[in-house]
Amino acid sequence: MQREKNMLTEPVTQKNRAVELTRNEPKLELLRELVAHLRQNRTLLREEWVARIAEARLLTAMTQEEIFAEATSVYDSYVAALETGTFEALQAYARNLSERIIPRGVETHEVVGIVLLLRDVLARSLFAKYQTDFEKLNRILDAYEPAANRIANTVAVGFVQERERVIRQQQEAIRELSTPVLQVRERLLILPIIGVIDPQRARQLTEQLLRAIRTNRAKVVVIDITGVAAMDVTVANHLVQTVEASRLLGATVIVTGLSPEIAQTLVTIGVDLGKMNTVGDLQGGIEQAERLLGYKVVNPEQGPGEGR
Amino acid sequence: MQVPILKQGGVLIATIQAALSDADLLELRTALVQQVVRYRSSGVIVDVTAMDVMDSFASRTLLEISHIIRLRGAATVIVGIQPEVAFAMVQLGLTLEDIPTALDLEEGLAYLQQKARSIN
Amino acid sequence: MASDTQILITSDKDVVTARQQGRAVALQTGFSMSEATLIATAISELARNIVSYANQGSVTLKPVHGSNGASGLTIVASDSGPGIADVTLALRDGYSSSGGLGLGLPGVRRLMDEFDIASRAGSGTTITITKWLP
Repeated sequence: MQREKNMLTEPVTQKNRAVELTRNEPKLELLRELVAHLRQNRTLLREEWVARIAEARLLTAMTQEEIFAEATSVYDSYVAALETGTFEALQAYARNLSERIIPRGVETHEVVGIVLLLRDVLARSLFAKYQTDFEKLNRILDAYEPAANRIANTVAVGFVQERERVIRQQQEAIRELSTPVLQVRERLLILPIIGVIDPQRARQLTEQLLRAIRTNRAKVVVIDITGVAAMDVTVANHLVQTVEASRLLGATVIVTGLSPEIAQTLVTIGVDLGKMNTVGDLQGGIEQAERLLGYKVVNPEQGPGEGR
Repeated sequence: MQVPILKQGGVLIATIQAALSDADLLELRTALVQQVVRYRSSGVIVDVTAMDVMDSFASRTLLEISHIIRLRGAATVIVGIQPEVAFAMVQLGLTLEDIPTALDLEEGLAYLQQKARSIN
Repeated sequence: MASDTQILITSDKDVVTARQQGRAVALQTGFSMSEATLIATAISELARNIVSYANQGSVTLKPVHGSNGASGLTIVASDSGPGIADVTLALRDGYSSSGGLGLGLPGVRRLMDEFDIASRAGSGTTITITKWLP
């Protein structure tokens, strides 16, 4: 018994559901009885649960109607998970629920709290029902507890994952706002890079630049690294990849402000500087970009848009 | 699954769908070469806007297409590579070497026109 | 915790299925569009190798949790084909798409955070790759 309990509360990646079912064969009958009881007493138990939620001052960000509606869904999903022994539907529901309540300001401890309260309310009703048959109560609890624990785990983890996803999205949005890719002319973008660049920021800059190339239909990009003191090999690789990826989107990249140190780093990683489009300073880079775009007609025989 | 190939003047435009298998790509290669010959096309545009992934096989095949078509005197332009796909490609080390690329169909056509003009 | 998804690979159509599923699971796990594309690309390479060299095998997508609480995705590409005689050569990085015996493995390793390969001539190949959420 002890071993089975531990197995059921371990993370799913180590579980083998088929094995679990055969080991728990006698439990299935009990689970069915238990689920029937929970369905029969649905209204009563749900009411009690909602009362306990209010008592514990949880979900204060939601209205009574909302709490009641969600409570009904959670209750039904809970019982369904107990009944089927499968948790995908519950997981999907947990994610869905989290998506709705996170913007309302509901916190992790509240979600964990209400699920645990439901577990308790249901457990108590089992005590009440089987109090005259101690032996049976034990067996029913043996069937109920592992499943209930796993449900609590599933819902809590689902909520936390969703929260983490939202936080990551927000962080991404903030980073986007604070890293400008500037459009100075039609089809011409400038990306001034300043300060210390770590690999993650470098990757993010690349993604932003590529998206900007597409949005602005840029044909030339000037990446200015005058303000970058030093670059390690990883970041230098990112720079090269950025140039190559921009090319795949049909844009030419001009790198300006390349210091001798960084030039050396690039050579070290095998970059043929002769093939990379570099200009000493930003101003010179912009001028060359404009030439490429045909803004200044240098030679009367060159038509507009002559560039590749 | 057949990749639709349109003819616009001297240019063939092949529009690739997302769920393109290796066999489909090889079919495309054959079809494009046949049609370049039949219509004496001067340019081919392969639109990969809907392509979800560009891996080493796809990139090799596009290179092959471009080289074979060049032997026929025509130019190939790959258009519509998505930012995420371009990002993945360069990390995988796939650069499509010397094949011209453009942002989209419009740019691709402009490039081919300009090239035709500069030849004449 | 989501459960594993296994895709049987026997034809080039399965390569497409594997990478589409891979992208979907990656997005579900919380990866960005860019990261999901990287993962889908890596899966495409591995699945294709199975079709090309082993005729059949499988790709399994496993959402995982690290010891520090991080979430990630592990992909296991496995077959019982002829195996790779010289794994070192297969991982040699020529930095071109034909580097590494044309298996694309150096590239896949670059895309992922963790890369493990077990292969012996005559007894199949299992490649396990993992990417973690930042």
